Amino acid sequence: MVERIKFSLAAPVVAIVVSILVGSLVLIASGANPLAAYGEMIRFGFQLETIVNILNRATPLYLSAVAVAIGFRMNLFNIGVEGQYILAAFMGAAAGAELAFLPGPLHVVAILFVSMVTGAVWAAIPAVLKVTRGVSEVISTIMLNAIATGFLVSYLLAKWADQSDTTLNIQTKPIEESGWVPSLNGVLELFTRDIRPGTELYGFLLIAILVGVIYHVGLKYTRPGFDLRASGENPAAAEASGVSPKSTVIAAMLLSGGIAGLVGLPEILGRTHNFGLQFTRQLGFVGIAVALLGRNHPVGIAVGALIIAFLDSSSAVLQVKSDASPEVVKIIQGVIIFTSVVAYEVIRRRQAVDEARSAAEALAQPSPHGSHGEGAEPMVDPAKQGGRS
Amino acid sequence: MNSKHVVSDEAPAVELAGITKRFPGVIANQNVNVRVERGEIHALVGENGAGKSTLMKILYGMQPADEGTMEVGGKRVNFSSPRDAIDHGIGMVHQHFMLADNFTVLENIILGSEPLKGGGRIDFNQAHDKVQALCDSYGLEINIDDLVEDLEVGERQRVEIIKVLFRGAEILILDEPTAVLVPHEVDELFRNLRELRTQGKTIIFIDHKLDEVLEISDNITVLRRGETVATVGASEVTAPELAELMVGAELPSPGEREGAIGDAVTFKAENLTITEADGRKVLNGVSFQIHDKEIVGLAGVEGNGQSELIDALLGIRPLSAGRLFLNGEDLTNSAVSDRRAKGLGYVPEDRHRRGLLLNFPLWENAMLGYQRLKPFSKRGFWLDSEATRERTEEIISRFDVRTPNMDVAARVLSGGNQQKLIVGREMLSEPEALIAAHPTRGVDVGAQAAIWESLRAARDEGLGVLLISADLDELIGLSDRLLVIFRGEIVAELNPETITPRELGGYMTGAGATTEAANG
Repeated sequence: MVERIKFSLAAPVVAIVVSILVGSLVLIASGANPLAAYGEMIRFGFQLETIVNILNRATPLYLSAVAVAIGFRMNLFNIGVEGQYILAAFMGAAAGAELAFLPGPLHVVAILFVSMVTGAVWAAIPAVLKVTRGVSEVISTIMLNAIATGFLVSYLLAKWADQSDTTLNIQTKPIEESGWVPSLNGVLELFTRDIRPGTELYGFLLIAILVGVIYHVGLKYTRPGFDLRASGENPAAAEASGVSPKSTVIAAMLLSGGIAGLVGLPEILGRTHNFGLQFTRQLGFVGIAVALLGRNHPVGIAVGALIIAFLDSSSAVLQVKSDASPEVVKIIQGVIIFTSVVAYEVIRRRQAVDEARSAAEALAQPSPHGSHGEGAEPMVDPAKQGGRS
Repeated sequence: MNSKHVVSDEAPAVELAGITKRFPGVIANQNVNVRVERGEIHALVGENGAGKSTLMKILYGMQPADEGTMEVGGKRVNFSSPRDAIDHGIGMVHQHFMLADNFTVLENIILGSEPLKGGGRIDFNQAHDKVQALCDSYGLEINIDDLVEDLEVGERQRVEIIKVLFRGAEILILDEPTAVLVPHEVDELFRNLRELRTQGKTIIFIDHKLDEVLEISDNITVLRRGETVATVGASEVTAPELAELMVGAELPSPGEREGAIGDAVTFKAENLTITEADGRKVLNGVSFQIHDKEIVGLAGVEGNGQSELIDALLGIRPLSAGRLFLNGEDLTNSAVSDRRAKGLGYVPEDRHRRGLLLNFPLWENAMLGYQRLKPFSKRGFWLDSEATRERTEEIISRFDVRTPNMDVAARVLSGGNQQKLIVGREMLSEPEALIAAHPTRGVDVGAQAAIWESLRAARDEGLGVLLISADLDELIGLSDRLLVIFRGEIVAELNPETITPRELGGYMTGAGATTEAANG
């Protein structure tokens, strides 16, 4: 157990160390003092208001990464989270403004429902194309992203925009207060000092945590979760065991799209209360990186989302307090993701060798069952070895 | 069986002394001593994992030994690559052929050591003459201008042998050469090997089919758990004795069945037909019945519709026509999950592809195929990991799966233990009918006996089994009734008590199929 934890921590630690080193080189090359720059980032990053911002940034990233991870577990590359969440957030905002007659909690639930269904429906298109026509979901989701974000949302936004607004902003009608998700400032302030006005911790954080728990329990402790993991690991074996490959693809994409539908809502239900031109984009793509960083594990994803969010939020200070460019953070983020993928692979192999060795050692002891038999195979890749001697 | 074929005063062709090879945590070879005389066929036998392949990889320069010495023709050698071994006249015919399908036989043979003429051009005329002369002198019949993709397996193997001879090999290593051959091809191979021996070549022959080893070799070295147990003359030993040397215990003899075949029809297939898009019928009107307490063996050369039949029975491939019944219930249109839930068990032909989740722990693999049923899940939704682990424990102890614990990934286990896990999983889930496809392929003698025994025991308790296998001894020894499939059709129904492997081989290749034709 201790071994396993050591293994799972090694990769991210290596990734972070390497990326800090690379970031330092870049900072030195651009004439800045890396120690000073990092010092500023850490000092600023651990201020209460920044922590709130980090959590607010991490919440949608977490949801986005979980949506991507559901696909990954089934070997589906859902690049369409981007389009799914933007379309879903727009539909949720538009519907939310019209559903003001609903009482408080129901209003919120209805918005969540509309967004999740929108995301799921948009994800169903590539799923159906894949199982009926064999279209790669990578291609179809990329194309659907363009359709959703470039055309559909722009068109509908122009059409359904709030006509009463006299400014130049184009946005949906505001959602009444009954449809807002209240901030968690009150809870946080129980443990800390007061938070400066203007900074509010999204209540959606709790929903994201809940999604993570359901994701974990669903995959690990339920039969459909097992079916999905089995299909991702070995589609042929899963099919022979009675898992229909087609329905699993559809189910995984619907779930992925449904969770993607939530990604834009922390912002809309927690801060802006409408969908406008300033709506945060790119979360779907960053989510892919976070899912990779977190190895599709619910806790790993949370750590990944916090790291990326920390870098995003704390880099702002570089412009003000240091002569370093905040873009260095983009480099650090890229290097973290890149090195973590490599480090995970290296460590996975190490682990496989270790496992084979410890199994072989255990078997070298006299067998409790007595008769003749064989030991474990010494090589890392038993698939190639088959059953031959 | 002329073991005293060559009694030579010369230095032996190969002498391995005190070879030790360790892998992390495993000793593959320990103080192995093998002496191969010049001009003999020397067999190397042992269970899977006994260290045969490792030893040959050392001799062929693919891996260095940790300790020990090698002498070839009386000279100390130290190989760092197969190239060194080839330079010393050692050639290896791998079990998996390494041929370019879209090249001719000639091109494959000269590939890598092409005779050249001026300007770096390949001298095909010279090559053609040389290779043809080589084939003629050793009696290796093959048309060297044929494309390799048009050749049968036995012919491809011959190409590999010629390839090795062309490179000047005096010592040939053949790694389980008969594993891929049907009986008449084995005869042809043996004829070729004897001819090579007559002409002074030395052959090292790796196998674990004992009757073949006894037939072809002069001397036999037995390896067990990485150590040399004995070197014996082929004429001085019997198959049971050899098996005993290999496994260290007497081989269980085929047990007689207890009680008669049941009256109830467990599984019934009617007129199963699968038509490909191009109109070809890969399965054509296949009908059979399996009673309870019955093992029905399906014999056939691979590629005659067996895998299509398995897929159709499981529900993975749709039928073009025909119907299926399990205990009288029509399963023709049922989903795979439905069929499995109603008690259709499956031991897949390829355990890595269809039978296991290699990166999942053993206990999760123990429920694969039965995850919808008790005890593995509650109401088909919540997994019951405690009950699953208990069941896994039972599989491990009752089927003697060698593993440190049930939390290791399935890939860590050796092939035989993986197969025992699969068989145990199917057996303890008490299916009504079992499709067992090559249940002992690539497993050692010990595991094979255990798997046979569990199939027999389950049969005696009422299970109906469809046994698909390429091992004719297995088919004849286990089955109560034999069907022969040829080009997608059942061409014969035979009594295993009266048929010999040779006759069965004849039916499998389509010969003599007309006289006893029957359709279940």
